[in-house]
Amino acid sequence: INHIVHNGGLYKRPFNEAFEETPMLVAVLTYVGYGVLTLFGYLRDFMRQWKIEKCQNAIEREEQKDFVPLYQDFENFYTRNLYMRIRDSWNRPICSVPGAKVDMMERVSHDYNWTFTYTGKVIKGIINMGSYNYLGFAQNSGTCQEAAAKALSQYGAGVCSTRQEMGNLDKHEELEKLVARFLGVESAMAYGMGFATNSMNIPALVGKGCLILSDELNHASLVLGARLSGATIRIFKHNNMQSLEKLLKDAIVHGQPRTRRPWKKILILVEGIYSMEGSIVRLPEVIALKKKYKSYLYLDEAHSIGALGPSGRGVVEYFGLNPEDVDVMMGTFTKSFGAAGGYIGGKKELIDYLRTYSHSAVYATSLSPPVVEQIITSMKCIMGEDGTTFGKECVQQLAENTRYFRRRLKEMGFIIYGNEDSPVVPLMLYMPAKIGAFGREMLKRNIGVVVVGFPATPIIESRARFCLSAAHTKEMLDTALKEIDEVGDLLQLKYSRHRLVPLLDRPFDETTYEETED
Amino acid sequence: MDIKSMKNYLYWLYCQFELITCSYLMEPWEKLLFYTFNITMLVMISYTAYIFIPVHISTAFQFFLHLLGNQYENTVSIVK
Repeated sequence: INHIVHNGGLYKRPFNEAFEETPMLVAVLTYVGYGVLTLFGYLRDFMRQWKIEKCQNAIEREEQKDFVPLYQDFENFYTRNLYMRIRDSWNRPICSVPGAKVDMMERVSHDYNWTFTYTGKVIKGIINMGSYNYLGFAQNSGTCQEAAAKALSQYGAGVCSTRQEMGNLDKHEELEKLVARFLGVESAMAYGMGFATNSMNIPALVGKGCLILSDELNHASLVLGARLSGATIRIFKHNNMQSLEKLLKDAIVHGQPRTRRPWKKILILVEGIYSMEGSIVRLPEVIALKKKYKSYLYLDEAHSIGALGPSGRGVVEYFGLNPEDVDVMMGTFTKSFGAAGGYIGGKKELIDYLRTYSHSAVYATSLSPPVVEQIITSMKCIMGEDGTTFGKECVQQLAENTRYFRRRLKEMGFIIYGNEDSPVVPLMLYMPAKIGAFGREMLKRNIGVVVVGFPATPIIESRARFCLSAAHTKEMLDTALKEIDEVGDLLQLKYSRHRLVPLLDRPFDETTYEETED
Repeated sequence: MDIKSMKNYLYWLYCQFELITCSYLMEPWEKLLFYTFNITMLVMISYTAYIFIPVHISTAFQFFLHLLGNQYENTVSIVK
């Protein structure tokens, strides 16, 4: 199902996004499964209460039994009775660099996932489909690693101060100039932690008397930052421009709720790629709306920087727009650059203001020098300034891998959410037992995947999320696809009712990108 | 070979049942409890069906026959 949006010529390329509806039978059976597990959860809670069974989860102390109960809400019930049963698919300890292949420590549980013991064996060469390693810079050898080692021997590992006090190294200044040049903005500032970038800087930009319009499926860091700021928050439906326009019109016509005064500022919070859905924001329309209603735009490019666009400069380049139209461009270095930290880019006055007023600049430790060097080397590599075409090849390889993987999965008959071009591929599982079964079966076949359930997703829409990488070769993808096919047949995951016509086996060239089917 | 593929198919069906009702995730004693309950309910329902359905069907059949039979006689007499 391809939706080609013609919106007054705002889009220069087709925007193919699809979220197939849950089949009715699958939804009913999912509820049946959750119902059975809930009944058994009540039975186990009863047995734990009456001391028939040993209680291994957290309970209140004897003195606290008469106070407000701490562990009686649904989240704790879910954790005790459903999450514990499938807990072995998460928090798996890895013991090598998280590149295209990873080593994992084997662990077993003898009391149904309440405790784990290590067998001592290390499973080597697991194909890694879960790490945010979009351009393949998570390496322990090569130019980035050598430069980082040199910086480590020159500066050490710790900075021992905040940015405003003694933690402002010349490396940080170099990094910020480079980031500003990479994004095409006037100035940029880098912070030590991506989550803290969002949650500590939004309160510095908006306050009481301002309005925040945030997407339904925004990340926890954006939600936390919005709540901490004290501004009024209104939510629009995911990627739905009619909903956003209605909210903007209402805000401008009616003003603040009680006093009817105009809002001081209206800030729209969106993300470049939404990591649970794999969808890309409709940026041309958002920018058109922002200009029409004179509001500000905060774009969180955590997953899309380096992963989208012909030269890896993110979702703004992907749509061919002007970076100066986005007021605050935020991103992280964790995903495509193989490092840690976040940045904010924008006009010089804005960044100078943030240098003084941001909580993160005043109180948080600045980036560690080897990490800064890794970011500088990888960014220069992507821009092509180190003299090789390695960066450009990585970006192209990621785009090819994305298209190939998504098309093959759709042909096999799985339900895949999201945009055709996003390297985040969510595969729908729906039933709770299949979450645990999928994780375990894929590990048996030496492929590491991330499965997600409630509360990160709605309760029936649990999924397995694949993150593609430029480091994956076609052979690795083919192996992974073969195993996914096998597991899909074993667990009956091929729910899709729309079948794509499989293409002839042709070499991957430019013409294959343009084909669409109706 | 046919028996083997039949057994594999039945085992695959049993796995699907386990996945859908989440008995794949249960501990052995929970599975025992769940299956005992299910099999008991199934046996009771099938026994009830075996005893009562033929009686119900024959009663219903007689009722409809009586209804239609009277109608047929009435129309025949008018034509005469």
